[in-house]
Amino acid sequence: MTPILEVKNLSTHFMTRRGVLKAIDDVSFAVGQKEIVGLVGESGSGKSITGFSILGLVDPPGRVVSGQILFKGEDLLKLSPAAMRTIRGKRIAMIFQDPMMTLNPVLSIGTQMIETVLAHGKVSRAEAWARSRDALGLVGIPSPEERLDAYPHQFSGGMRQRVAIAIALLHRPDLIIADEPTTALDVTIQSQILFEIKRLAAEFGMALIWISHDLGVVAALADRIMVMYAGKIVEAGQVDGVLTEPRHPYTSGLLSAVPAAVPRGEPLRPIPGFAPSPLSRPSGCAFRDRCARATDVCATEPMPEIAAGREFRCFHPHLWSVA
Amino acid sequence: MTTPLVEAVDVSRRFSRKLDYAEKIANLFGAGLEEKTVHAVDEVNLAVYPGEVVGLVGESGCGKSTLGRVMAGIMPASGGEVRWKGRPLTSLQGDDKRAMRLSAQMIFQDPMSTLNPRKRVIDLIGEAPRVHGIVKGREVRDYVASLAERVGLDASYLDRYPHQFSGGQRQRIGIARALAVKPKLLVCDESVAALDVSIQAQILNLFMDLKREFGLTYLFISHDLGVVKHICDRVVVMYLGRVVESATPDELFDDPKHPYTQALIRELPTVADRHRIFTPIKGEIPSPLHPPPGCHFHPRCPKAFDRCRVERPVLKQNAVGHVSACHLNDLAAIETKNATAEPAI
Repeated sequence: MTPILEVKNLSTHFMTRRGVLKAIDDVSFAVGQKEIVGLVGESGSGKSITGFSILGLVDPPGRVVSGQILFKGEDLLKLSPAAMRTIRGKRIAMIFQDPMMTLNPVLSIGTQMIETVLAHGKVSRAEAWARSRDALGLVGIPSPEERLDAYPHQFSGGMRQRVAIAIALLHRPDLIIADEPTTALDVTIQSQILFEIKRLAAEFGMALIWISHDLGVVAALADRIMVMYAGKIVEAGQVDGVLTEPRHPYTSGLLSAVPAAVPRGEPLRPIPGFAPSPLSRPSGCAFRDRCARATDVCATEPMPEIAAGREFRCFHPHLWSVA
Repeated sequence: MTTPLVEAVDVSRRFSRKLDYAEKIANLFGAGLEEKTVHAVDEVNLAVYPGEVVGLVGESGCGKSTLGRVMAGIMPASGGEVRWKGRPLTSLQGDDKRAMRLSAQMIFQDPMSTLNPRKRVIDLIGEAPRVHGIVKGREVRDYVASLAERVGLDASYLDRYPHQFSGGQRQRIGIARALAVKPKLLVCDESVAALDVSIQAQILNLFMDLKREFGLTYLFISHDLGVVKHICDRVVVMYLGRVVESATPDELFDDPKHPYTQALIRELPTVADRHRIFTPIKGEIPSPLHPPPGCHFHPRCPKAFDRCRVERPVLKQNAVGHVSACHLNDLAAIETKNATAEPAI
């Protein structure tokens, strides 16, 4: 099956006064049709910038400096801004962490939704209204007809996130990029949103890139997982493999740092040190200063290796006995 | 029995907004507007014993932060009383009051909003102990350096400003500042919520080391059940201003009694639980301005029955050290009584 999105050797850099900040550096991955891919990493690892780069939302001083983003075989980086606008919001939609930042506080939800429908399709206002109402109903908002007249501040955090999902669904996109959409929500509300998104993705056959720092959420939702560290994808593969038998020392470090990994009351096992500043990353493997397995060879750049459906960038990967 | 270090006895905390002039005038014409009152904390009893780590969990708006502040003595209670080593806070005067204030310190979620951006680390940490006479002026630098080292900050950074540090390091500054006045009780309000998982583990280990070293007592407020389970001796679950369940972590996670606790534990995403099918509980967290009558959880509760809609459930003991506030407890009690009453065959 041909992938719906193929990112090849993508690098996005920010030209700051203190030097070139390599937010993402030589990132390659593919998303299959109807596939849910989790993109995890700690703050500053470049996971959000990856999402922004795909949609052409990187603002100066940031710039995509090299690579290809093939959406259904077409390179999004070569498209004119006008052509990109016909794809953004229609074929690829995005959901952000804080819908209060993306919804206009002085316009009703209905106005904003109808605007979105009309921006991409020649339909009557009445039809746009009906589609907006249906979308609100789909994401589980009670009495959608009345809620269309409400303003963002009249919704709770969970309901606002449902509205954001409804807007993303308006054009039945092929791909949704969700950037930490449940991070600010409470556990019981997060659970509701994950339930809805999983149902809707299956119902409409949408592919999903789910950006999160929460391994638990990605484990529950995704088919495949990609782990980012210091601007690079250090490990990628099926959720079942990566989270049970991680090859890259950073992935295994993340997994052992969660409280559930050690018996109650015993000291946790954090990864020593902290992530390098994106302005002054060490040469070679950026993780080598924190890595117990590092040797001299790690001062050179590890190239992605692919073995049994797993991709990782490491000279000293963990070995697991092959059953 | 030992006296609790700090104890909340029927503590309530209400926030109300007074009517403004326009509304008062409107009332003269019979608009019938009333003051809006939020019952952030509603008749809560909670005792924290010396050396204990008590976890306070719940979702946003459940009153856990407010209760933490009231128990730390930085916010007065609107009803009930807080006792410090058995003495009501309101009765403390002069030196006693000052000693209590220093003994209870808070560590907040976002150190950037609690550290003065225009002060250097040396002053942020050193000011309070100097003012309170814990160290002399010329010894402040050494004192702060030893504290900084203890919390894992490089002592050569003492002349830097908060913005020059990463989130994890800033949290260490906040911890050193709290420790500087030699507290007995640390109230940690979501202190690790904003940190990445590997940094979070470092800070949690630091908390546990400090507890052993300085004999600290913690009230650990968090929405993260995984964290609370790991470090706490006792976990208290709150919902909409009330305590719904309290038990040791093992008891609570193995055998949660309250349907809300059950939902929280079931819906917590974990790495071990892959490709799961979600079975979320329905509904929103109600507004604390208009909490539902009876049991606050009944509109979302899958097991609610008539009594839940009218009568507030009280905390009852399920096992030693395990209490929950749910009417199902009474049904369970009747069932066990019937079961034992039946003659053995």
